[in-house]
Amino acid sequence: MIGHGASLAPSAPDDAAAGAVAPDEIVVPLEPPAARPVRSTLWTIRGFISRRQYWVLATTGVALPLAAWFALAALGTVNKVFLPGPFDVARRVITWFNNDDLLGDVRISCYRVIVGWALSAVIALPIALLIGTYRFVQALLEPLTDFIRYMPAVAFIPLVMLWIGIDEGAKIAIIFIGTFFQMVLMMAEDVRRVPMAQIEAAQTMGATRLEIIAKVIVPSAKPALLDTLRITMGWAWTYLVVAELVAANSGLGYAIIKAQRFLQTDKIFAGIILIGTIGLAMDQGFRLIHRVAFPWLYKRS
Amino acid sequence: MASAVQCRGVWKVFDTGSSRVTALQNLSLDIPEGEFVTLVGASGCGKSTFLRTLAGLEAHTAGEIEASGSPIAGPGVDRAMVFQDYSLYPWLKVTENIRFTRRLSAHTRDRASSDVEAAAARAEALLRLMGLATVANAYPNQLSGGMQQRVAIARALMSRPRILLMDEPFGALDAQTREVMHDLILYVSELEHCTVIFVTHDVEEAIYLGRRVVVMAPRPGRIDSIYEVPLPARRLQDMKHTRPFLDLKKQILERIRATSGMKTDSELLQKLSRRADA
Repeated sequence: MIGHGASLAPSAPDDAAAGAVAPDEIVVPLEPPAARPVRSTLWTIRGFISRRQYWVLATTGVALPLAAWFALAALGTVNKVFLPGPFDVARRVITWFNNDDLLGDVRISCYRVIVGWALSAVIALPIALLIGTYRFVQALLEPLTDFIRYMPAVAFIPLVMLWIGIDEGAKIAIIFIGTFFQMVLMMAEDVRRVPMAQIEAAQTMGATRLEIIAKVIVPSAKPALLDTLRITMGWAWTYLVVAELVAANSGLGYAIIKAQRFLQTDKIFAGIILIGTIGLAMDQGFRLIHRVAFPWLYKRS
Repeated sequence: MASAVQCRGVWKVFDTGSSRVTALQNLSLDIPEGEFVTLVGASGCGKSTFLRTLAGLEAHTAGEIEASGSPIAGPGVDRAMVFQDYSLYPWLKVTENIRFTRRLSAHTRDRASSDVEAAAARAEALLRLMGLATVANAYPNQLSGGMQQRVAIARALMSRPRILLMDEPFGALDAQTREVMHDLILYVSELEHCTVIFVTHDVEEAIYLGRRVVVMAPRPGRIDSIYEVPLPARRLQDMKHTRPFLDLKKQILERIRATSGMKTDSELLQKLSRRADA
């Protein structure tokens, strides 16, 4: 039998591997011998990369396409109508800011996205809580929700105009339709993922049904629910352009649609990049809230 | 001595519409107050179902069960349960987990200031008793599996239950940690004067902990036999190597093997290996 200690001690006699070894016969060196050459772990499945490697790779991933864009524009081989240069786009952002009320567009678009998204969140949350907690509510509502979520939100535009009209409500309604049904299903799944043992533990401690929902299910599902809110916020932004198709005269999506009519490709680029930047900032905001609100998920020993 | 749990002719039938499974067949068992009883048996013998029925998490189909003198109708504060894992609340610190019952109306209905103080002292005492004082402000996922189960036991004991139900609580722990937990739970149950009903699939654990070992058999789940453990009330690790311990272990293992229905499998293996030789 090869003892654990024997393999640690290269200086132990060879015949030690054959039989029993008493603890005091094993000599353990205090320092490890020269380290073995390290092989790269980049292609190890789920391998480790250092923080530095992460940042170098992340920067490269962003910088490379940006550099390609600069190069293409500098060469001048592509017509600016098809691909405006980075400086054209930057200039457009400045004139947009100075002459065309960029901040007003950002503000109204943020307002529509946030109100539409918040409205679906407020209504989806209790429904999802019921679906995830009670099987009969799941049977009642989930198939219908599954059915509706496959319908394209764009196709609802005529109905929304007919039922709600063409003012702010209509734009918010489109964003609501685009996010609500997905939100219900994802949040219901978050609630269902609460471990049964957590619920049963509360039952054996004599918790009432309301206490189980308020003191176990909700706090247990909260981190996953916040993640769902973060992901659906991204989807709300993708529905913004669609929503601003409806008789809008302001907003980032509207600006993109209008720029298309005048073939202002640089403004289309500017609008898309602005939406991406705002979305990224909001995403990071959500991640920050996650870290602050749920410290136990980030503490391990 | 008064009975902590009395079962007469208890049946549990799972009826899914398309199939009927008898999980418990005519179970009768009397557990006196303060006893440490262990339930062992092959998987599917209904030992966990029986424990969950005692906890009030499952409703039995027929028969009578009384806990602390009154019939069981759902979970009650006289019975506490410790699960195998994932039952702690990861968003609460260790002390908050232990004090969780204090957030429930069932435990705070007649709130007096002396009661609140007593609860604080109780939580403090449990922290020390279970060796958790140094990690009182840690979150459960910062603790090892053994420490997490200490928290789960402390939480169950917080409201001074008369009956402690344990469903393979040490099943996920390594052998060394498990030994430590065995001595701890024996000590604590003695100190708290509570009846313990302990489910396990580990025969050695069942004998070491139990004053009586109830062996259950599967398909349909039923009590096969009951053994008094011929060891002194105060258990020591060395007793595991004594003749009476080993004899009882052999006897129980043979009963489990005989009732588990696994015999056909070994015959099949032999048949298969003979074919490979030929």
